[in-house]
Amino acid sequence: MTANLRRRKIYSGLFETLCALAVVVALIPLAMILFYVVKEGFGALNVDFFTHMPKPVGESGGGMANAIAGTLILICIAAAFAVPVGCLCGIHLSEYPGTKFSSIVRFAADVLNGVPSIVVGIFAYGILVLPVKRFSVIAGGVALGLLMIPIVVRTTEELLRLVPGGLREGALALGATRGRAVFSVIVPAALPGILTGILVALARVAGETAPLLFTAFNNRFWSTSLTQPIASLTVQVFTYAISPYDDWHRQAWAGAFLLVMMILALSILARLAVRRLERMNRS
Amino acid sequence: MTSSLTTDVTRESPSPPRFLAGEKVAKPDEGAALAQSEIKISVRDFDFFYGTAKVLHGISLEIPARKVTALIGPSGCGKSTFIRSINRMNDIITDARGKGTILIDGQDVYGGDTDVVELRRRVGMVFQKSNPFPKSIYDNVAYGLRIGGMRNKRQLDDIIERSLTRAALWHEVKDRLHASALALSGGQQQRLCIARALAVDPEILLMDEPASALDPIATSKIEELIYELKDNYTIVIVTHNMQQAARVSDRTAFFMLGRVVEYAETNTIFMNPKEKMTEDYVTGRFG
Amino acid sequence: MKRSDDRSFRIGTGAFAALVLLIVAGIAFELTRQSTLSITKFGLKFWTTRVWDPVSGDFGALPFIWGTLYSAILALLIATPVALGIAIFISELSPRVLRQPLAYLTELLAAIPSIVYGLWGIFVLVPIVRKIEIAMGAKPALGVGMMAAALILAVMVIPFTSSVAREILKNVPATQREAAYALGATRWEAIKVAIGFGRTGIIGAVMLGFGRALGETMAVTMVIGNSPQISASLFKPQYTMAAVIANEFTEAADELYLHALIEIGLLLFIITVGVNLLSRLLIWSTKRRAITTVVMPVVVAEEVPA
Repeated sequence: MTANLRRRKIYSGLFETLCALAVVVALIPLAMILFYVVKEGFGALNVDFFTHMPKPVGESGGGMANAIAGTLILICIAAAFAVPVGCLCGIHLSEYPGTKFSSIVRFAADVLNGVPSIVVGIFAYGILVLPVKRFSVIAGGVALGLLMIPIVVRTTEELLRLVPGGLREGALALGATRGRAVFSVIVPAALPGILTGILVALARVAGETAPLLFTAFNNRFWSTSLTQPIASLTVQVFTYAISPYDDWHRQAWAGAFLLVMMILALSILARLAVRRLERMNRS
Repeated sequence: MTSSLTTDVTRESPSPPRFLAGEKVAKPDEGAALAQSEIKISVRDFDFFYGTAKVLHGISLEIPARKVTALIGPSGCGKSTFIRSINRMNDIITDARGKGTILIDGQDVYGGDTDVVELRRRVGMVFQKSNPFPKSIYDNVAYGLRIGGMRNKRQLDDIIERSLTRAALWHEVKDRLHASALALSGGQQQRLCIARALAVDPEILLMDEPASALDPIATSKIEELIYELKDNYTIVIVTHNMQQAARVSDRTAFFMLGRVVEYAETNTIFMNPKEKMTEDYVTGRFG
Repeated sequence: MKRSDDRSFRIGTGAFAALVLLIVAGIAFELTRQSTLSITKFGLKFWTTRVWDPVSGDFGALPFIWGTLYSAILALLIATPVALGIAIFISELSPRVLRQPLAYLTELLAAIPSIVYGLWGIFVLVPIVRKIEIAMGAKPALGVGMMAAALILAVMVIPFTSSVAREILKNVPATQREAAYALGATRWEAIKVAIGFGRTGIIGAVMLGFGRALGETMAVTMVIGNSPQISASLFKPQYTMAAVIANEFTEAADELYLHALIEIGLLLFIITVGVNLLSRLLIWSTKRRAITTVVMPVVVAEEVPA
């Protein structure tokens, strides 16, 4: 072997080892984060956490019942807003893919996808909080919904495009209108994937904090109407984390643990949904 | 002319290509049996497996030096797999392994002391679809030289010019060496790939259906090229095109379902085959 | 009958598509509208002034621009080699059985919410950084500061760059690598050929990570110290655009204050949108579907047929 060849082989081995090292380097923080979340969070969970509301500042005990409910309510509102808008937009883009209008809309969805969540929060503040001078559940839900839209649009469009063209032609040949063909044949065929996209989008916004800071704000108590501020798991964790109280720190970890579990559950649900619907489609 | 695949050479830069020395070898008689010194590649009882599927069965061939040997046969019968085993390109594929012996100048290709990287420099390959790098024409041809350590611009320029000339491409590209290789036509790209392979001065050139993606004019240019190249290189060419095999090759092996059915002088295979299957194939009764 | 049904379908769905368009335009419009006070009062000086004094009504965004760019660039410097290393390992070097699990684990990093990163940042990373700072002799060794922010941003950015880079490498035709091998290349040299083929897309992947780092809010604000000072020191607490908005938005007592914050939001919007569009352009010129895998980590990356 020439010296040149030997050197090249050593370099090759060296760089390959560095790549393997990169994987290890990335997995270390992942392991650490999961470890701490489980260790600190799980330990701090108790029944009170799920059933009680926060105690006043300085007092220990209490829980995040309202915050948990708040997050669930917010993502429901977000979905109620984002799913119809996103899906119908996606349907339009997949049915009329070549038009100039569709290209512009697709471009806009891409832009929206890249907007930092805090900026989306400012927008929601401007249109839903400022005019009525109050924080509200609706403002928070809409802010989250806006973040979901680009994901839903893209998944819906991509998946509808994958449905074989023969299906649409068959429906149209049987006399169905365009709308009927799409909603009764094509969308059901792509439903598992679309649902997955929605669940993944939900998982993403469930963990959002920044846009809620000045839309849904926070609430030490239960919110009784949609036009009141509402507590959320993420904002509550933030508030507790930056506070000086140890008890609140423990609760913050518990909240983080719950958040991670919630996102995990949504992801698993998404995968199950795909499997079950695919089985249904086949039978 | 012997070459060892594992000699420890102390000089740093590769030596200039042999064709610069203007060597010539006397042609042996037509029809005579192959003398030992004329055998470049010796294959004995070679099997090949993809996982558990056996795709090559007991291949035994002796491929002469400085000649064109064609491998013909219906698709999927193992010709490409066989040719890729010679320069161990199949090593890249997971779960693929060969069993048996392939000797190049007496050295076992799969032997423990054979270095794969060095082997592949000595055995060049041209693929079915041309695959130039997305770089300039110059950089494409220089690639093999540069990874081999050649830095001297004058040397590079020299070898690149000679390689492109050998590949009958020089006059078409000499004024735009730094243009992108992808701007060339299909036939030109394939000749570029041949020039690229020639630049590292291989002794053997393996060609896997080099003209199948090209139009008739480009194809005939490639065939002319092969005819000129065989003075200095041992060429093994896989082809679907029987007329092509008849035109360019000295010896032909007929493959069928992973076995060599017949291997002889090209004239014999096409005019006077011994096996009925060979005759059926070359007369177009199947395939 | 049928034609008008088709038309109403087209218009109906088109209306929702137009809504998406309206939203984006609306964001740009609203951000501008809600920052007019600040724009008219400070003009271009806003971007070059260091002073940020809510009490006297004197606002300058330079410290935040500095903090955002500095932290994002540092994060990129750390994250890019790691992300590319991961992409190369998973797509070229790892044994087949490890591929899916490793890809899944990498994308898990993207699924962790920003607030959880921040929590871990405050209670685990910052003490570690503090120890490092003490060891390096920095005074005062707070732990919070640019170093912690850059580190946490780097971890958050890695999965984005890595999964796009992986898609791009996957789509480099096998014949490119084969050509390199056939010329006597070592494995690393063949990998370099593949990277060269996909280089535009890989740059796009890096830019995507950059865009992500620019807009990150919660994790950064919890570890950067939130002090509007401009410093090249890694140990000094600093401030980013997203962080100042998150922290001071609800405290903004008067309209000018609020408008100043929103003007910062406007700049953030323009920069991140610009960087993201550039990155998509670069990735698109190599491969389109890579973006789907980034937008939808964890589950959909495996389920959506590639």
